[in-house]
Amino acid sequence: MLKKNLILFVALCVSIASFAQGKFYTKTGKISFLSKAPLEEIEGKNKTVTAVVDSKTGAIQFAIQMKGFEFEKQLMQQHFNENYVESDKYPKAEFKGTISNNSTINYKKDGNYPAKVKGKLTIHGVTRDVETTGSLKINGGKIDANSTFNVLISDYNIKIPAVVKDKVSNTIKITVDCDLEPLKS
Amino acid sequence: MQTKSFLLLLCLSGMAGKVLSQDSTDLLNLVGQEQPKKEYVYNAFKSPRVIMSHSMEMLRPGVLDFRILHRFGLISGGLYDFYGLDGPAVVRLGLDYGLNNNLSIGIGRSSTKELDGFIKYRLIQQANGVRNTPVSLVLVAGSTVSIKQFPNQDKYVFGDRLAYYWQGIIGRKFSTALTMQLMPIFLHRNMVDTSIDHNDVFAPGIGARVKLSKRISLNVDYYYVLHHDVSRDLSVKYYNPLSIGVDIETGGHVFQLHFTNSSGINEKAFLTETGHSWSDRDIFFGFNISRQFQLKKKKG
Repeated sequence: MLKKNLILFVALCVSIASFAQGKFYTKTGKISFLSKAPLEEIEGKNKTVTAVVDSKTGAIQFAIQMKGFEFEKQLMQQHFNENYVESDKYPKAEFKGTISNNSTINYKKDGNYPAKVKGKLTIHGVTRDVETTGSLKINGGKIDANSTFNVLISDYNIKIPAVVKDKVSNTIKITVDCDLEPLKS
Repeated sequence: MQTKSFLLLLCLSGMAGKVLSQDSTDLLNLVGQEQPKKEYVYNAFKSPRVIMSHSMEMLRPGVLDFRILHRFGLISGGLYDFYGLDGPAVVRLGLDYGLNNNLSIGIGRSSTKELDGFIKYRLIQQANGVRNTPVSLVLVAGSTVSIKQFPNQDKYVFGDRLAYYWQGIIGRKFSTALTMQLMPIFLHRNMVDTSIDHNDVFAPGIGARVKLSKRISLNVDYYYVLHHDVSRDLSVKYYNPLSIGVDIETGGHVFQLHFTNSSGINEKAFLTETGHSWSDRDIFFGFNISRQFQLKKKKG
């Protein structure tokens, strides 16, 4: 009797697990940005991005700690945190959106699927609508999500002083590279 | 029977949780976004000096800080001396280098014909997060050597030209805007002017900065010197050094513009050779320029 119950229990749990399937996540995603100005190139890299994708609804979300950006020059990192993104005040940037062509992506079949993503990006306490394209590479039940898009830092209420106008670009290229694994719970 | 119902309950609760999270619009909460366990506090000051003194802030690894310290003449010289800009000026050129996150060294030469050098080590770094550390503790050891030509030079040995200082800095960045530090300093001079002067001088000090904007801060730097020297002919009285100024950061440079009653430009000089007083309006205008170069770049 007990054995039968146990089997029932295991079966139930497995069914719940499969019910939970369809979500993918990472906490070690990579996002970098590049500012290309006439006098200086500034690149910041963050390797601790949290990202979640819900394959059922196409919902896609990212969260990133601003202090986790690393730079070639220490002074850039200091200025980035202190003067531009004010990471004490606004520690996190977030993106919440959906994959609008989610129905064309077969998460169970390996392949490289183009993705259109639409949503709200919050940086420096300012939220803006963002629309971009990228790709989801499905490989053995994992997702490699990639995208490159531009944002204007003036959109996010970040000011560039006149003296460094030639060193900091208003157009920032953002590159997303996140490997997501199935979310088990 | 009891285990059975317990198991059922477990399954049901698991299911309920699952359904609930399915509804939740915030997917990020599913994976948990715990704050970093320990987040070190940086940028307590714009540069590794308050004005005269070492600050709780360290140079980052591989960064060379070229510092030009400049004190003009007395403002009380009036228009004739262009409020001190005619001089006589005191200048110190220095190079500081960040060996790693917690260790810096530096050398300098002052126009008062003194060389100085120091080693600065951060024992404890202020940190937020689960394991929070309320203050930073920084230790500094330094030395100055006079390269002046003495009258009757042969009477003295090289050691007579030396002075040493040891300083502890306990500092806290209270908020983005406010940083304060206590900085007791102990100075030993191998040779002093008169027999009643103390070779050992102790001075508790306090330094602070208030950020006025993202790139400008107001700084204060003060020492209470316990044993002032007595000048040979009593013509000079010595005072506690006080400097007040603003830090202006312009990208690669930090300009520290300030008013001070001390034209002394190293630890020995500002502690024991401050012969002017704020109350007599005998103050100097001065500036420090800090230019940082990244010598060793971070890989990756």
